[in-house]
Amino acid sequence: MSVVASSLPPQLPVLDRVTRVDEVGVEERVARFCSRSIKKESKVRALKLALSMIDLTTLEGQDTRGKVTQLCQKAIHLHDAMPGLPHVAAVCVYPTMVGVARQALHGHDIKVASVATAFPSGMAPLSVKLEDTRVAVQEGADEVDMVISRGEFLQGEYSRVFDEIIAIKEACGRAQLKVILETGELGTLDRVRRASILAMHAGADFIKTSTGKIQPAATLPVTLVMLQAIRDYYHATGRRVGMKPAGGISKAKQAIQYLVMLRETLGEGWLTPEWFRFGASSLVNDLLMQLEKQRTGVYQSADYFSKD
Amino acid sequence: MARTESKLEFDTDWKYSPAPESTDHIRIDPQYELFIGGKFVAPRERQYFDTINPAREKTLARVARADRGDVDRAVAAARRAYERAWSKLEPAERGKYLYRIARMLQERSREFAAIESLDGGKPIRESRDVDVPLAAAHFFYYAGWADKLEYAFPGRRAAPLGVAGQIIPWNFPLLMAAWKIAPALACGNTVVLKPAETTPLTALKLAELMRDVDLPPGVVNIVTGAGDTGAAIVEHPDVDKIAFTGSTEVGRLIQRRLAGTGKHFTLELGGKAANVIFADAAIDQAVEGIVNGIFFNQGHVCCAGSRLLVQESVADEVIAKLKERMETLIVGDPLDKNTDIGAINSAAQLEKIEQYLRIGQAEGGEMYQSSCSLPETGYWCRPTLFSGVSQSNRVVQEEIFGPVLSMQTFRTFQEALDKANNTPYGLSGGVWTDKGAKIFKMTRGIRAGVIWANTFNKFDPSAPFGGYKESGMGREGGLHGLGAYVELY
Repeated sequence: MSVVASSLPPQLPVLDRVTRVDEVGVEERVARFCSRSIKKESKVRALKLALSMIDLTTLEGQDTRGKVTQLCQKAIHLHDAMPGLPHVAAVCVYPTMVGVARQALHGHDIKVASVATAFPSGMAPLSVKLEDTRVAVQEGADEVDMVISRGEFLQGEYSRVFDEIIAIKEACGRAQLKVILETGELGTLDRVRRASILAMHAGADFIKTSTGKIQPAATLPVTLVMLQAIRDYYHATGRRVGMKPAGGISKAKQAIQYLVMLRETLGEGWLTPEWFRFGASSLVNDLLMQLEKQRTGVYQSADYFSKD
Repeated sequence: MARTESKLEFDTDWKYSPAPESTDHIRIDPQYELFIGGKFVAPRERQYFDTINPAREKTLARVARADRGDVDRAVAAARRAYERAWSKLEPAERGKYLYRIARMLQERSREFAAIESLDGGKPIRESRDVDVPLAAAHFFYYAGWADKLEYAFPGRRAAPLGVAGQIIPWNFPLLMAAWKIAPALACGNTVVLKPAETTPLTALKLAELMRDVDLPPGVVNIVTGAGDTGAAIVEHPDVDKIAFTGSTEVGRLIQRRLAGTGKHFTLELGGKAANVIFADAAIDQAVEGIVNGIFFNQGHVCCAGSRLLVQESVADEVIAKLKERMETLIVGDPLDKNTDIGAINSAAQLEKIEQYLRIGQAEGGEMYQSSCSLPETGYWCRPTLFSGVSQSNRVVQEEIFGPVLSMQTFRTFQEALDKANNTPYGLSGGVWTDKGAKIFKMTRGIRAGVIWANTFNKFDPSAPFGGYKESGMGREGGLHGLGAYVELY
């Protein structure tokens, strides 16, 4: 079935048939994940896994070449005092910084991700979004994080949102496409579920919660709904789609809760940076602090970890 | 929804390390006596029985077996306490005792939770998050009513009944004790309570707690034993009221024995609840509700949603999702904080459940069990789903009281309602739909005491609980629960 699906042009699914979401029930399920007790070796593995899944991100107007280079250094050398650490999955920057990151990460197996499509609002004509995407890809981005047009989605102009994702996907060429739903602006979990299904059918390689510029950003309930949509899409088509919660995840404890949820919703196939990412920056140091705590039995001062 | 052959793998490289609740903080004595007149006293015949940990098949303690003579003593102590102390006490003072019990229960919640899981096999997550907090909530709730009975029954005078004989089951030992004791005491009655023989420990710890809060001697008496001890309570001439929770079979016997005696009684018996999933339901949350409805407390729940009815257009999707979800359930050590399903309460109950598994297969049902591993010792049953069964099958008709779900499909609203009501039981039910009007239509149509909409197995002390038909008579909980312990003038 997956072969057939990929040889035909993408079709907008009937979104009315997408299952409803009961918010109270979702929160109850999430509470169960949060009450899992993750200790000892299990915790150490989770912390390292979380580190390896991070898209280390800087998306500020005040970003400089120096700051991006520094961030890339951090991506390579998370905390060399501790042996056996993985490196992060990717560094995520604006299109104009892709070249800088590319150079700084040369020779390392760390991807460069770039936001595009008039990030974060997406309020630009398609031609501008396509150009934005092409620039990012030409500069050497391995992954493109696009935003959907929330205004059009909320108006019910699903086919325009759908077509736009298809066009951007095409512009990405060999780069992976992550589609940001900006769930904080979608308002209901029903819409999150529908937007997820829409984005996957349009060819998204990853679906992502948020830009990080809008509150609330990633939450466990929103991520659960998206993971369940990924599961349904996988069963229907046989194609795997990745998940990236982004924004608002700054503590190791939260990251472990996300991993528990991932493990019990999608299982082994997704417990890898290939299919799950955290869009975060300050999370790294909390994960490192917790790993040091597991290793030495004591918490260390934040001054012992580089701030980038 | 079309499905490919794709399969999710939940046996992952990253596993949860064991996270057992510590038992250093609990005290279980090697031997327990009867709690009569505020003291622990040896049974007259010096007979004892063992209570075991069903997850390890190891003896936890020896517990006194009360005979008729011991029940006599307990009833006499309760009568004395009723006449001399409890019924004379200012209602507000009764309330204070109940508040103290509730607070002390909260303070000792960790110990109660651990012992409940050790003795009964239920996962610590449930005893910690459900059983013990709800038990405390019942005492808090009825403490509030103690001095407000005139508002509960406006224009009437509510007088206590006297001595209440209470017999409780093994599925929620502490919680059922709280359901029974709290309203009885709030209304001014005294109590002789018999916990189930497989799970007496938390009731005995509750006896210690009653002693520690300085409850007047004899107000609560706890006698342990098996069916004959219960029979002695039921037949005792000086008992004014019988409150029983347990099987329909025993409930019938009790009702027969009480006929013509003038004793008040409430019976909370078995169930075979329909859990109805309409096509417009939030399917993923409904699947959670199915799991919670039947696998909560290993399915040892009288109001369990044991008959699943799914609208045909979503039946394949629901089955596929349910089976996938069942794969993620962790069955094992009840004391592990990550355990979802604990041990079956006793060898006898496991035998009964396994017999139903054989019956279901012999009847032609398609049996699906999760592939989880089970511990080597102890009593365990994998979460089980029977599909391809119908109303005429025994696994659909009879209460199994284990983690065994039967599933049927329906096409129309009326068919769902007819199937839901086509049972001798009527304790609970569930309905899942996104449409409010359908909820009201369905809940009005199902003849059962409790019906949940878009959720299942939710309890609150203020909500009455009880059954229609063979699920019993009388209500416990809420304002209705007070009515069962007073005479109105």
